[in-house]
Amino acid sequence: MKRKLAVAAAAVGGTALLLAAPASAQDVADQYDRSAATGAEAMNMVVLDNIFIFISGVLVFLMQAGFALVEAGLTRAKNAANIMMKNLMDASIGVLIFAAVGWGIAYPGDFNGWVGSAGLWVEGFFASSLVDVSPAALADDGFYPLAVPVDFFFQAAFAAAAATIVSGAVAGRTKFIGYILYSVIITGIIYPIVVSWKWGGGWLDELGFSDFAGSGLVHMTGGFAALAGAIVIGPRIGKFAEDGTARAMPGHSIPLAMTGVLLLFIGWFGFNPGSQLQADMAVPILAVLTAFAAAAGGVGGMLTSWVVGKKPDVSMAGNGILAGLVAICSGIGELSAFGTVVTGFIAGILVVLSVLLVERLKVDDPVGAFSVHGTCGFWGLLATGLFSTTSPVNGAEESAGLFYGGGIGLFLDQLIGGVVIGVFVLAAAGALFTVLKVAGLLRVSAEEETAGLDVSEHGSPGYGPDIMAGAGTI
Amino acid sequence: MKLITAVLKPHMLDPVKEALQELGVSGMTVTEVKGFGRQGGHTETYRGAEYKVDFVPKLRLEVVVDEAMAPQVAETVQNSAKTGNIGDGKIWITPVESLVRIRTGEMGSEAI
Repeated sequence: MKRKLAVAAAAVGGTALLLAAPASAQDVADQYDRSAATGAEAMNMVVLDNIFIFISGVLVFLMQAGFALVEAGLTRAKNAANIMMKNLMDASIGVLIFAAVGWGIAYPGDFNGWVGSAGLWVEGFFASSLVDVSPAALADDGFYPLAVPVDFFFQAAFAAAAATIVSGAVAGRTKFIGYILYSVIITGIIYPIVVSWKWGGGWLDELGFSDFAGSGLVHMTGGFAALAGAIVIGPRIGKFAEDGTARAMPGHSIPLAMTGVLLLFIGWFGFNPGSQLQADMAVPILAVLTAFAAAAGGVGGMLTSWVVGKKPDVSMAGNGILAGLVAICSGIGELSAFGTVVTGFIAGILVVLSVLLVERLKVDDPVGAFSVHGTCGFWGLLATGLFSTTSPVNGAEESAGLFYGGGIGLFLDQLIGGVVIGVFVLAAAGALFTVLKVAGLLRVSAEEETAGLDVSEHGSPGYGPDIMAGAGTI
Repeated sequence: MKLITAVLKPHMLDPVKEALQELGVSGMTVTEVKGFGRQGGHTETYRGAEYKVDFVPKLRLEVVVDEAMAPQVAETVQNSAKTGNIGDGKIWITPVESLVRIRTGEMGSEAI
């Protein structure tokens, strides 16, 4: 009887919270009429926008360090230098290729909605960084355009983030040259095409698909490319026994890996608040919601790993934090605080279950890249379709979520978008990896894999011979 | 001269070292090893996969002493390393044919 009362109370309380006057970040932002600012005031406002987005871009770049440490920590010490090199290079190559080719495809201007290009090394790249605050420049959605260098910088950081997701899933057995070629194609073509569908004004934008900071566009792209890579390249030697049971291959440094998680967490304060693309009062709310999603994901992941594994697993808790952050990217502008916590918590549960399922399907993903970015990116899209509160006050009732009176429309849009992104990326990246495999550019030999990629691909170990020797004694 | 080799639990090194120093033993060499005897391993889990760890971390302690001192040294090691739980380790004594101090060239007992 007591148990039933408790469940009933929780259900009533939960429903009350769900339906309580929901305010979203966008509701707060909309209270301020930026178009009223003119002249010097408008100029100051826009300069602040640009400086803020620049700082956000820096934080997103910090995520490269986060990814590098997570991947290094969760994989073998004999591959540590190799994984660092892959992370250095996908950031470096990513930025250059995105500048040369990718940005034009991601933001093609007028195009058919599916694929187009505004040109190579887009015109005006180093153009004057003066901003235009004439009334004509103020767009319908209340935005002044960012200065081109800032706009590019922020977007390039995102492209580099999407690209680097894959290196963890294919760690320990991928040829360096194969990975470089993959980086070029994903930042130059695959990721920009997906971005053009929504942020570039393509068919997903027409559809009413909602992805504020890129659960689908960035994380599903990276996550499904990671899955394609892990499937095509095959598991590490020794990962699966003859009878198919998975062998544990513990990473060499949990402290490195979890420090990486924390750096990613910090970097996300640029990823989400920066996606507001202006410095307004939605930004602090977006920052708080980011923290809520990460926290809920961490708790969800930790508890799930505890239930499933009898002891709370540290790396799963770390994955949980990331899962919450990934999932909230889609709807962070439109969800209430409660919706955010629920989304993050469920992401934490899903990521653990996904890791176990992926392993059960005999796919070796050493860091859970697909589970964090693919699975929870997709969940994030669906969560927007369920929990979006975009309130009737703003005349956008039709894009509220299923639980907030908007009907099934938004949810279906999110579902369609998610499925198409997943299928497209899986197919495109799968084809790319298969071509590399057939050309002999994908997987290292068994001897090289056993010796470790540091020595076989780069000639020297990540942890040099003197790390433990008595340096400094006579 | 005798070589006394002992496989110990790592956290017993300090008590053993202090006891030996009190006895007058002037030097020793320690290596990190892993091993098992009748102490079985245990099971750990990592991201959902269980794995058995057979080998347990141990320390190997080696000391060269005069033949006359050997039994006393071995007994001291045993007394100071003993916890009463399985996995305490073993001690064995082997003969040393010759010994040289590298710096001075002294040989035999003078090199101890």
